[in-house]
Amino acid sequence: MKAKLEEIRERAKEELSKANAIENLEELRVKYAGKKGELTAILKQMGKLSPEERPVIGQLANEVRSYIDNAIETKKAELNELKLQRQLEEEKIDVTLPSNTEPLGHKHPLSIVLDEIKEIFVGMGFEIVEGPEVEYDYYNFEALNIPKDHPARDTQDTFYITDNIVLRTQTSPVQVRVMEKKKPPIRIISPGRVFRSDAVDATHSPLFHQIEGLVVDKDITFADLKGTLETFIKRLYGEDSVVRFRPHHFPFTEPSAEVDVQCFSCKGKGCRVCKNEGWIEILGCGMVHPKVLENCGIDPEEYSGFALGLGLERVAMRRYGVDDMRLFFENDTRFLSQF
Amino acid sequence: MNLSMKWLKEFVDIGNVAPRDFSEAMTMSGSKVELFEIEGGQIENIVVGQILEIEKHPDADKLTVCQVDIGEKKVQIVTAATNIKVGDYIPVCKDKSKLVDGTPIKKGKLRGVVSEGMFCSVAELGVTVHDFPYAVQDGIFILQDDPDLKPVAGTDIKETIGLTDTKVEFEITSNRPDCFSVIGLAREAAATFDKPLKLHTPEVKAVGKSCDGMLDVEIHNPELCPVYSAKIVENVRVKPSPLWLRERLRAMGVRPINNIVDITNYVMLEYGQPMHAFDLRFIKDRKINVRLAKDGEEITTLDGIERKLNNTNLVIADSEKPVAIAGVMGGEYSGIMDDTATIVFESANFNGSSVRLTAKQQGMRTDASSRYEKGLDPNSCIPALERACELVQLLDAGDVLDGVIIDDKSKSEPVKIKFNPEWINHFLNTELSANEMKTILEKIDCKIEGDEIVVPTFRPDLLHKADIAEEIARFYGYNVIPSTAIKGGAQGKYSVRQKFDMTITDTLIARGLNEIMTYSFISPKYYNKVQMPENHPLRNSVVISNPLGEDTSIMRTTALPSMLEILSKNYNNRNEYAYLFEIAKEYIPTTPDKLPVEKNVLTAGFYGESVDFFKVKGVAEQVLDRAGVKNYDIKADSEQFGYHPGRCAVLTINGEQFGVIGEIHPKVRENYGIGTRVYCFSLNVDTMFEYAELEKHYKPLPKYPAVTRDLALICDKDIPVLELEKAIKEGAGKYLESVKLFDVYQGKQILPGKKSVAFSLTLRSAEGTLTDEQATSAVNKAIKSLEKVGAFLRS
Repeated sequence: MKAKLEEIRERAKEELSKANAIENLEELRVKYAGKKGELTAILKQMGKLSPEERPVIGQLANEVRSYIDNAIETKKAELNELKLQRQLEEEKIDVTLPSNTEPLGHKHPLSIVLDEIKEIFVGMGFEIVEGPEVEYDYYNFEALNIPKDHPARDTQDTFYITDNIVLRTQTSPVQVRVMEKKKPPIRIISPGRVFRSDAVDATHSPLFHQIEGLVVDKDITFADLKGTLETFIKRLYGEDSVVRFRPHHFPFTEPSAEVDVQCFSCKGKGCRVCKNEGWIEILGCGMVHPKVLENCGIDPEEYSGFALGLGLERVAMRRYGVDDMRLFFENDTRFLSQF
Repeated sequence: MNLSMKWLKEFVDIGNVAPRDFSEAMTMSGSKVELFEIEGGQIENIVVGQILEIEKHPDADKLTVCQVDIGEKKVQIVTAATNIKVGDYIPVCKDKSKLVDGTPIKKGKLRGVVSEGMFCSVAELGVTVHDFPYAVQDGIFILQDDPDLKPVAGTDIKETIGLTDTKVEFEITSNRPDCFSVIGLAREAAATFDKPLKLHTPEVKAVGKSCDGMLDVEIHNPELCPVYSAKIVENVRVKPSPLWLRERLRAMGVRPINNIVDITNYVMLEYGQPMHAFDLRFIKDRKINVRLAKDGEEITTLDGIERKLNNTNLVIADSEKPVAIAGVMGGEYSGIMDDTATIVFESANFNGSSVRLTAKQQGMRTDASSRYEKGLDPNSCIPALERACELVQLLDAGDVLDGVIIDDKSKSEPVKIKFNPEWINHFLNTELSANEMKTILEKIDCKIEGDEIVVPTFRPDLLHKADIAEEIARFYGYNVIPSTAIKGGAQGKYSVRQKFDMTITDTLIARGLNEIMTYSFISPKYYNKVQMPENHPLRNSVVISNPLGEDTSIMRTTALPSMLEILSKNYNNRNEYAYLFEIAKEYIPTTPDKLPVEKNVLTAGFYGESVDFFKVKGVAEQVLDRAGVKNYDIKADSEQFGYHPGRCAVLTINGEQFGVIGEIHPKVRENYGIGTRVYCFSLNVDTMFEYAELEKHYKPLPKYPAVTRDLALICDKDIPVLELEKAIKEGAGKYLESVKLFDVYQGKQILPGKKSVAFSLTLRSAEGTLTDEQATSAVNKAIKSLEKVGAFLRS
């Protein structure tokens, strides 16, 4: 009987080593360890053994059974592993095939640049205020020290609705609206659409965007204007930007300045980009004219302030190397999707 | 404003500063240089030659072969020119030379004969017959014909004809009328380079004959003409001006005409004071009236155009008729002619706005009017007049009579501003002493008297201490002033509304839409294009009174046409699909004297293979969801202009319509040339904001399992599914968590006019697992509710 058990063990071992499918393993289990299996058949004959032999053979039978069970489990694991390997190999794909995604939406390039500018100013303690695009002549001109007969008002520049209502030509009227409502300290920017009767070409559009800035408080100086704008320009164009302030004239600021940044492509030597000037004009600014403060009910002896205005399209054109302003308003998706 | 550097140097010795450095320094002190141009362009290797021999070309009738002395040697040149003779001095392009525009000239053969260069015309040197009145237009420039040219063979042509100046072009701001003159810019240059300004006082020699009684001047409107002065010149000898004067005018971009006209232009350029010359013969009754024109009065101006005047136009008139439009242009009839014997030089001051309006009405902006309109100094009339007469004597252009005819009603009290160095230092954040400031101010002819600054009358822009601060700042140097941070903290932030708009934008971008930006103005015809009914209230738009063209003549009351325009462009550019949106304004008129309401509206537009109504509706719903807009209603609507009557829904909240979703009407998309289905929606962002629930509250996740029950219903085919959904929600009670439509069917096995609709209901309780009875009771209540709207369980 002992020999029989040994023989079963050897046979099972032999057969298991030949098995190559999970299903075979189950057959083998049934054949040896199942209810009608060979091992069970032998154990059924245990009653015929002598009491001395019984524990010895019993132990051996259990050993053989557990050997077979273990061997089957081991083999099973082996075969599973093999199967997985094969599956993984079969599932191999060409990862360089084109991707398959839903289209991504894009912000308009002008919005992207505007958001960045807003972010910089908000970081410097500014709030964002908006004003009407169709505006009273008073706010667009008169309150800003541009009386009725001022040359800046020629109809060739301004779209009129009535004698007293215009499409705002600048975002500066928002300055006046803010100062009328709110007492200093004031720190705001006001982005938005402005309108001028310029025919459309690569660098002109009857509609474009400006960003106005206004700071009013006690003791605001020309040096504060310079410091604030230098910080803004360095954040927008990079810390290594070289900035210069150049005297200019705006009716609603005094002193007034235009701000240039050194040409990025030639570093000031003069090239095609900067029209050989070495500098690129970025924005206009100045100390709020005392008359404008007075017009808004702010005492210019007590308060002072500065204002700035910059054109969004020009910043965006430079940022992305766009050479034709019309692209911004044609809205071709092949253009929009690049940003 | 162009400036001749040679002329400038008469007034200020700035040495041999390079044009680039000059431009930079002037720009930084406030006189912006646009560009500078060295005269003579790219001219290279062109010299004076003298023709020694002229022979016929052996093989060409129209060519001649010339032997020419060019100083260092003799060269042979073949030419087709006919206006040359032996002995003439002419400009010669040598081998390897360049014309003004850079055209290279090389030695070559013409019909077999060697030509070692070329003769030049005036144009090839970049000048005109106005600059050189003795030269001809179509021929070689014969140098010795001009009495002022002293040609010597071999000398450089630029030296010989005076092409040695540098022109600097300035951008003069409107507050600086004084800088529209050589003297004004010289004053700026002197202050910039810290050199003295050398002004010249004109001297007119007395001749012993007075102009008394020859002309009478009367100003009728002193507010429009504070000063009118004139001098008389007899025995006028009209001829070309000498070369030096022509050179000056040329460098300043003014065309030389004759000595008298040139003198008036010269003085205008030098002093900034426009001048005019009349022929005294044509001043009827020898009386000058400075008055407003009568409505309908006419004058033919020097440019030959007959102009109708009105009673806002100031004119210079004789006893009968206007002889000039004040400050704008003279009349043709009284202008200088070849036989003019006695002239009147006018030097007057006119009100800037009046001149500007008249020039605008008459559609002619002249050198004179552009100066007057900025406001000139009444005190410059007399010096300019004297200067003109001095030049007449210098050029021997006539005999200047003694005395000035003048009507002076000006009050030219100089402006005085309190000198407050402390305030200026505080304002600019500088630490200049009063003396340092005084030095700067004196450079620009301001005088300090006690604690007051006396402003010269040619600086109408200096009125306030802030103006003085600017003068100090620009000569001290804007870039020398320190840069500081604003004192005191401030909290920057976005408003709730701004964040709301950002959320909407972000959602649309996440859904694959591209943001666009379109014009706010459209053509009224666009309303037809979107089939807006004739009597629709949105036809009433804000109208631009001076539009660029019809296409941009009214402010849109709906952004739909703008969106369709852009979709059409994309379609025509063969872009496979386009999903676009814009948050922009629609302008709704109120009353004519009030501003319109500017509505903020989100407009989205789609075309492309994978778009249908429900995808677009989904985008709109997601935007509303993200924006916190709930409890809105969606209803079919066949009345929305622009939209397909059977595929359009309107959105309402609290009874207020705030949105439209739909497919664009086939006719409308045809109007836009789009050959595929187009879908749009628009949402009023202001209304959305009004009803948005911006606060979010956490709801606990469910603890107990849900029960799902399906309902198959039969109802009339026209009942909207949303009605059934609402009925279920009303009936099922608190356990109903969600309703999901999973099938709509019409056809076989369903009676005509009916449809089968199947919903899946999810029921759940927060208190415990629902029992079968609870679920069944809820469903039964839903079925009851459905029956009321005409939907019955399918048997």
